[in-house]
Amino acid sequence: MTVLDARDGIAPDLVAVATTRSSEARKRLTSPWASLAALVIAVLWTIPTFGLFLSSLRPERQVQRTGWWTFFANPHVTFENYGEVLFGGSQPLAGYFVNSILITLPSVVIPIVLATLAAYGFAWTTFPFRDTLFVAIFALQIVPLQVALLPLLEIFVGAGLNGTFWTVWMAHSTFALPLAIFLLHNSMRDIPAELVEAARVDGAGHVRIFTTIMLPLLKPAIAAYAVFQFLWVWNDLLVALVFAGGTSDVAPLTVRVAELAGTRNSDWHLLSAGAFVSILVPLVVFLSLQRYFVRGLLAGSVKG
Amino acid sequence: MTLLDKILQLLVAVAVFAAVLGVVLFVADRARGRRGALVQSLAFVAPAILLLLVGLIYPALRTAYQSVFDANSANFVGLANYARIFSQPDLLLVLRNTFLWVVLTPVLATAIGLVYAVLVDRTRFEALAKALIFLPMAISFVGASIIWKFVYEYRPNQQNIQQVGLVNQFLVWLGFEPVNLILQQPWNNLLLIVVMIWIEAGFAMTLLSAAIKAIPNDMIEAARLDGAGGFRLFFSITLPSIRPAVVVVVTAISIAVLKVFDIVRTMTGGQFGTSVVANEFYSQSFRLSDLGIGSSLAMILFLLVVPIVIYNVRQMRKVDAR
Repeated sequence: MTVLDARDGIAPDLVAVATTRSSEARKRLTSPWASLAALVIAVLWTIPTFGLFLSSLRPERQVQRTGWWTFFANPHVTFENYGEVLFGGSQPLAGYFVNSILITLPSVVIPIVLATLAAYGFAWTTFPFRDTLFVAIFALQIVPLQVALLPLLEIFVGAGLNGTFWTVWMAHSTFALPLAIFLLHNSMRDIPAELVEAARVDGAGHVRIFTTIMLPLLKPAIAAYAVFQFLWVWNDLLVALVFAGGTSDVAPLTVRVAELAGTRNSDWHLLSAGAFVSILVPLVVFLSLQRYFVRGLLAGSVKG
Repeated sequence: MTLLDKILQLLVAVAVFAAVLGVVLFVADRARGRRGALVQSLAFVAPAILLLLVGLIYPALRTAYQSVFDANSANFVGLANYARIFSQPDLLLVLRNTFLWVVLTPVLATAIGLVYAVLVDRTRFEALAKALIFLPMAISFVGASIIWKFVYEYRPNQQNIQQVGLVNQFLVWLGFEPVNLILQQPWNNLLLIVVMIWIEAGFAMTLLSAAIKAIPNDMIEAARLDGAGGFRLFFSITLPSIRPAVVVVVTAISIAVLKVFDIVRTMTGGQFGTSVVANEFYSQSFRLSDLGIGSSLAMILFLLVVPIVIYNVRQMRKVDAR
């Protein structure tokens, strides 16, 4: 049995769907104390985000002088903070937002395509040392990416690629491969061999089988991994800092927002708005693709 | 770089990538004869293997090599870098902090996630309640750090100055002096750890909730008939049944914690005695340009992660076999 099976077995729809097995016996801990405890945790977990979000909508003077909880006594809502961080100043966040998108798209697509190809090679073709190689790739998941950063930077500088998107794309793609190959390989092995045999009898080559049988059947697995990789890349700071941190030309949102937290650490009207600009996209992805998101997260819990 | 240049770069990348892909599929499709099968297989796996060789395997080996050389990779120094990490006071502090993180975060995040999963299990508001705790997982570490920095924000205690940070406002409400929390060594480490717990509790809750739902109904019913109450049920049925899942969660969080970098860097930059191995690796490598110490720290990280990953994978198989 494989790791993916385990995660697949427990993963689907965890957040959204509460099982409907209704049974009086299963009702438990419904005492008021239990509800209160749950409520306390839920409030503790939500308040910090809520406070910063509310602050991002308050006028600068109020953010600087009073706590966000005074908002309810004196409600003023403004979008000026967002206007200022996105378009104001010498280094507006809008540019970094574009960079984040430009970094993320290829960093998701490239590893998925390469990993799907490789996964097919390992699952449905035979060649010498196939299993040894696969185990080696599986083992590579252990390597923390810190171990590769310094020499990889040397390689990029040597190749004259430093300060371009290429470095970040290649770094993210490489680091994603071991997990992606492993997960997609597992899903591919689950496809019935009779299906592949039947296609072969009909004269289909590997490419036909790959494109007409494997890809359509693998859609859920690919989607789950894509969502995970998307959030990983969008939220990443370390890789971006090392390979794209030096220049506003290629640096993504996380780098700039972290920089703001260091240099303008008392301008909370800007910091709060900036933080939410960077949070917005993953949040939308989370809310709309929750199902896949959870599966991807569970699958990738050990990454990196 | 203008926007046009950037998009051009993207288009070139797409073109290059599509060309590589085209060649691969073309070769795989056309290869015939005695060596055909081998060529086809290689066409599928070679691009990924090539990238891994250049981008991961070679760099990792090179890091291991650099870790036994001095700051400029010029002179062989044996294990001197490692010796320095385990003897110099400020680097020992880094190791102590990492130890704190690895001990506290997985245990507390898992405990909170588990309790919460049990509390909201099969209640009317379960879906919403879970989403609230889970939401922080979608937020970047950088975003989470800013959210919590604001909670810890401090304003000096003078007339007409109000606190804007929640914690200090509570202190004032309770009649205490406000405290510049982030400077209080060594307690500030705990404040940073709270951020990671806040993020990882949702992960723990999700996995454990699934495990709880997998417990067979009749087992719980039988225990109920025998008169087991809430606590009894939790300790003698729920907890033993989900033990393997708990181990998986604790180990997975430990691995994530060992590599935590964004939180420390965003909240304190590693100042005020809060640095951890992953943050110190970045500072030494890229700010102080000490390749020797930087590489050694990366290797230490690797050596710390390996046993946990192996244990995690073995436990995962156990969960699986059930």
